[in-house]
Amino acid sequence: MTEEIIIAGFGGQGVLSMGKILAYSGVMQDKEVSWMPSYGPEMRGGTANVSVIISDERISSPIINQFDTAIILNQQSLDKFESSVKPGGLLIFDPNGITHNPTRKDINIYEIAATAKAQEMGISKVFNMVVLGGFLKLKPIVAPEFIHKGLEKSLPERHHNLIPQNEEAIEVGKGIIKPFHTL
Amino acid sequence: MTTADIIKPENLVYTKTKVLTDAVMHYCPGCGHGTAHRIIAEVIEEMGIQDKTIGIAPVGCSVLAYNYFDVDFQEAAHGRAPALATAAKRLNPDRFVFTYQGDGDLAAIGTAETIHACNRGENITMIFINNGIYGMTGGQMAPTTLVGMKSATTPYGRNVALNGYPLRITELIATLPGTRFVTRQSVHTPAAVRKAKTAIRKAFENQKDNKGLSFVEIVSSCNSGWKMTPVQANHWMEENMFPNYPIGDIKVDGKIVEGVDINRLVVDHPLTVVK
Amino acid sequence: MARELKLMKGNEAIARAMIASGTDGYFGYPITPQSEVMETLMLEKPWETTGMTVLQAESEMASINMVYGGAATGKKVATSSSSPGISLMQEGLTYLAGAEIPCLVVNVMRGGPGLGTIQPSQSDYFQSVKGGGHGDYQLYTLAPASVQEMYDFVFDAWDIAFKYRNPVLILSDGAIGQCMEKLYTRDYVPRWTEEERRKNAPWGTWGKPADRNHNIITSLELDSGRQEIFNLKLQAKYAEMKEKEVRYEALNCEDADYIIVAYGSSSRISMKAMQMAREKGLKVGLFRLITLFPFPTKQLNEVSKKCKGILTVEMSAGQMVEDVRLATECRVKVEHFGRFGGIIPTPTEVLEALENKIIK
Repeated sequence: MTEEIIIAGFGGQGVLSMGKILAYSGVMQDKEVSWMPSYGPEMRGGTANVSVIISDERISSPIINQFDTAIILNQQSLDKFESSVKPGGLLIFDPNGITHNPTRKDINIYEIAATAKAQEMGISKVFNMVVLGGFLKLKPIVAPEFIHKGLEKSLPERHHNLIPQNEEAIEVGKGIIKPFHTL
Repeated sequence: MTTADIIKPENLVYTKTKVLTDAVMHYCPGCGHGTAHRIIAEVIEEMGIQDKTIGIAPVGCSVLAYNYFDVDFQEAAHGRAPALATAAKRLNPDRFVFTYQGDGDLAAIGTAETIHACNRGENITMIFINNGIYGMTGGQMAPTTLVGMKSATTPYGRNVALNGYPLRITELIATLPGTRFVTRQSVHTPAAVRKAKTAIRKAFENQKDNKGLSFVEIVSSCNSGWKMTPVQANHWMEENMFPNYPIGDIKVDGKIVEGVDINRLVVDHPLTVVK
Repeated sequence: MARELKLMKGNEAIARAMIASGTDGYFGYPITPQSEVMETLMLEKPWETTGMTVLQAESEMASINMVYGGAATGKKVATSSSSPGISLMQEGLTYLAGAEIPCLVVNVMRGGPGLGTIQPSQSDYFQSVKGGGHGDYQLYTLAPASVQEMYDFVFDAWDIAFKYRNPVLILSDGAIGQCMEKLYTRDYVPRWTEEERRKNAPWGTWGKPADRNHNIITSLELDSGRQEIFNLKLQAKYAEMKEKEVRYEALNCEDADYIIVAYGSSSRISMKAMQMAREKGLKVGLFRLITLFPFPTKQLNEVSKKCKGILTVEMSAGQMVEDVRLATECRVKVEHFGRFGGIIPTPTEVLEALENKIIK
């Protein structure tokens, strides 16, 4: 199993930390992982993206241009990465702020209204975990107990009291993800 | 009375410190470096710290200082001695670390390293030999060259419009809160040598007591570069260097000495002509 | 601290390896994309645990000269920077090599020339292995291709640096520096005691005891005859490194018709391209350089006898390719493929280049 993922959105949406929690969970489950962010001034409020690879084998390149899954959180990222999903692959997007929907017919596309749901529930801080939950519903590549360990490893200890809230958000995400176009 | 009768321990009034090697110094006759070396070496011997001292040599006339001091020595790239000393001291806090630099090394190419080492208040001793000229490379203008003073690169005299003002780096670093003891001395008379040695002793004692950075400027002559005899050079130094670089303590125990005017700069002092 | 499984960035791995390998001091100046090295050290406060000194210097010139001053006392002292900062350090590096001071310098490369870009690049190959500063000298140059190697090579660097009394360069780039991967930490190596320092660095300026002459650390020798003898001694040292300290990794080279030669992050991308090629039935191998100096000349020469063509992949306009051509004595076609200016080539591009430049 090798899963090559791009997570892309605005800086501040928790794109990098979502990737980090996923990667750390992979480590806890004894997978090979890599986490490769975009960096530089674009991190400071602009677009941010991270490539995460989780695999049973030694990972060759952490830098990739074709993805099994794209998790898209803004229009710019949709424009940039829709074409990079491998045929038959998966695209997940949050419709918040999306003016032009994805158009590919050769991939599975799901939408997750995570921004709206998180706002409604007053859990905007863990919005990214809602999105992660949606992804894990479709591709359960990491088991829930390892997600728990991944959260423990990625969050500073002073935030460990927030782990239940994060896990709750993952469950919320699993419940609200819905097909947009499927093969 | 024969020679043998005279050469006896009880008749000994002076001996070369064992902290200087027997290497023959390459300095010009009349130069202040030899005397400055000697009094530093004497202080090291008197404090019993020869086995704990690390010296840092510059690029300039004193580039070979490491051959003359019988202590462990590092030769720095031009201007970087305070950076070397910073690390040597921080990694060996129980050792005594001193830098020995000229005006081009300390106040031109190494200005940043000088100011930042002083500003951090490194617990080191910095010795600064100021003779207003680049001696080793053949007498070019230094940052401390006086207005009107001739050098190989100011053949018509230092011109403020062209070359800017003499840099009084010692007054400048005295304003930094990181410096503990800042003084300006000379070694051109026996009395001056004794005072300079007292200042160097204080600088090393400060280091021993972890009091922070001590900075000792020694205004010196460069009779070769100035194209004078040693005696003429000493007179010329008193008449022309001292008004711009007044001798005495500038900052003691972290406080500017009363009566010292940090901003004082005499640019219209007419230079005396050596006949 | 014992062996632990972690997930961390390459830059963080460098910092943690410095602490764990008994490094005595680190002096640095912030520059993207390697600032996490000093940030991690400052956060970890190793001065409270191992006693390691960490200081932010006023410039890269100051930090490399702090390395000189500290390392000349026989301590393990390191710095890190990225390309423009490493350019500023070239004076210090030639003095360190000339004074035979063991130390560690890490370059997390970004694109140039000039201020260039902050994105990853590999265009400092020439600077690293062809001098950089003035005079005839070499830096032992290690090119990590993973976060684990970023960590492990710091330990290896100290062994080589003190064995040969020579500066060691870890030549990485922004991709490996910023990437997070799995990492197994190692048991802590304690910092040397005073006695160990005196034993391992008898040449150091740590204070002259009565029973030895004063130690002098200098790169100055005004007598040309003696300077030539010293240069010959350096050359003998470099020759010994070439003989004993070459490191590389050959993957699928035994049956390969075509070989990709790369180092660092390019070798990771090339590994993926090799896998894609093998899936297409093309017999492609990967020769990954681990040491850039000493260059694996003999080993590449052997490999070239059995293959039909070589593609070098570098994030540069083509620098290492010159050494590959020399090593293979132009026996087979050697072509360069690279992206630069901070652009990272994709595995697809590498495979296309291999097919178009070498196989076709």
